[in-house]
Amino acid sequence: MTKVLMKGNEAVGAAAIAAGCHYFFGYPITPQSEVPEYMSRELPKVGGAYVQAESEVAAINMVYGAAGSGARVMTSSSSPGIALKQEGISYCAGAELPCVIVDMMRGGPGLGTIQPAQGDYFLATRGGGNGDYRLIVLAPADVQELVDLVMEGFDLADLYRTPVMILGDGMIGQMMEPVEFNYKPRADLPEKDWATKGKGKGKQRNVINSLYLQAEELEKHNHKLQAKYAKIRENEKKVEEYNVEGADIVITAYGTTSRIAKTAIAKLEKEGYKVGMIRPISLYPFPNEAFERIGDDCKGVLTVEMSTGQMIDDVKISLQGRIPTYFHGRSGGMVPEPEEIVEKVKEILGGDK
Amino acid sequence: MAIIFEKTKGLTDKPTHYCPGCTHGIIHRLVAEVMEEMDLLDEAIGVAPVGCSVLAYDYFNVDMHEAAHGRAPAVATGIKRVHPNNFVFTYQGDGDLASIGTAEIVHAAHRGEKFTTIFVNNAIYGMTGGQMAPTTLIGQKTTTSPYGRDEATTGKPIKISEMLATIDGAKFVERVAVNTPANIRKAKKAIREAFKVQIEGKGFSIVEVLSTCPTNWGLTPVESMKWLEKDMIPYYPLGNFRKPEEVE
Repeated sequence: MTKVLMKGNEAVGAAAIAAGCHYFFGYPITPQSEVPEYMSRELPKVGGAYVQAESEVAAINMVYGAAGSGARVMTSSSSPGIALKQEGISYCAGAELPCVIVDMMRGGPGLGTIQPAQGDYFLATRGGGNGDYRLIVLAPADVQELVDLVMEGFDLADLYRTPVMILGDGMIGQMMEPVEFNYKPRADLPEKDWATKGKGKGKQRNVINSLYLQAEELEKHNHKLQAKYAKIRENEKKVEEYNVEGADIVITAYGTTSRIAKTAIAKLEKEGYKVGMIRPISLYPFPNEAFERIGDDCKGVLTVEMSTGQMIDDVKISLQGRIPTYFHGRSGGMVPEPEEIVEKVKEILGGDK
Repeated sequence: MAIIFEKTKGLTDKPTHYCPGCTHGIIHRLVAEVMEEMDLLDEAIGVAPVGCSVLAYDYFNVDMHEAAHGRAPAVATGIKRVHPNNFVFTYQGDGDLASIGTAEIVHAAHRGEKFTTIFVNNAIYGMTGGQMAPTTLIGQKTTTSPYGRDEATTGKPIKISEMLATIDGAKFVERVAVNTPANIRKAKKAIREAFKVQIEGKGFSIVEVLSTCPTNWGLTPVESMKWLEKDMIPYYPLGNFRKPEEVE
């Protein structure tokens, strides 16, 4: 298939439709409004439905209804809107409904700004809604990866009956890059015999629900969810590693920030520094083994984020105090320059090459 | 032996948790009977609310979703868009629909979503123990209006049917009560008409059912029926507010 030049946000829509998602419930918010715009234009052509909801709260609850009815379904938003969706995301997790939620992050807290940021890492990986649940969280670093992860996200959602979040940022959503769409569904996707279609069509009467009034039953349900998350941790970690073995310092970053870090690493290598890189692609499950593999003689792990420091918590948990950790972050919509990272590395290494 | 009465197949055999004298049981039965009579049980997908009728998914013998508080119309929208040929309904109380879920019900009606809402108005939050609802009457004492509802600080009770009847997408709006056999028959007729509006693809339909809450009103079931008639109906007049032929 030939490549086409596409904006990240539109590529999200095209990838979803390619993966068989014919239902989208959204609400406009910068910097992701091209997703609902694209879906409103393209879904009628494939016999699907686009609904512009009255709010992000309503949109995610429409997702709940559509997912419970057995359809592949998506919603998208940006940080403040994703905050509003947390109620429905928790219900989807509780009722084990597969769906894909796209967050093109912008600066916060509050109304914040429309420029790119990575301040929703905690919200995405810790579960921003109530209760003991997790999402599969995937963080693309370019538009092709965004396309691939959206398509794979639908498979993972169906396979594990769980919501999947694509955690991008305003930069990924707004940039244009050449992409191609090669979707082949996994062979092991289970039949959705739990979905509501009208009991005449199903094998039994189906109920979509997250209410368990008996404490013993809810604990049992929570254990079931945790067993699923353990399986996800076992099978679905994704990470890109570069020159980690023998590195004096390892930089870790995800999404947009990882691209800036790569530019910084190229500059440092020219100057003779031995710099490795770990780029988590799945933020949940977090690829902790990649950090466990870093040699004891590594002088430090530098986490770079467009936040005041969120993923660094998972880096520290993975390293368990074995190697010193450092942080460089910009926030509020500011994007770090490669030179800032270069300077930070030199400061940490104190001129040692 | 000839069978002279049978429980509707639209309800499961699960005993309900409703308080003695509560009219949810009557309303459940009416909805279930109409679904059975219209041959909808195999295709129906219902949405239960949060509130006293949260467990309605255990009682209606059809596919069901349990929605977040107030979000049943959004959930029903998602269901109906995926299954446009199935019969879809929401069953919601007044805390759920008239307070936390006003945005969802107004915009589902506004979009003309082709599902039906059964709105049970008993002028109080029952499940949480008798707090004031937007539908609580002026002077009515509840656990959060202990001196009686005061218009100066809490406004007047909201009239959902009258409000929704101003929206073009709402093709059928009727308020009924279940306090007398005659009114129960009228309620059943309204539910049937509302379902018909959906099946004919005309748009959104809603039946508001005035209901009792003896437990939280602090009245006996008989006194509750009288209070509904003497206090609620004068403020919430019964009758049809909108029919498809009037809209067109």
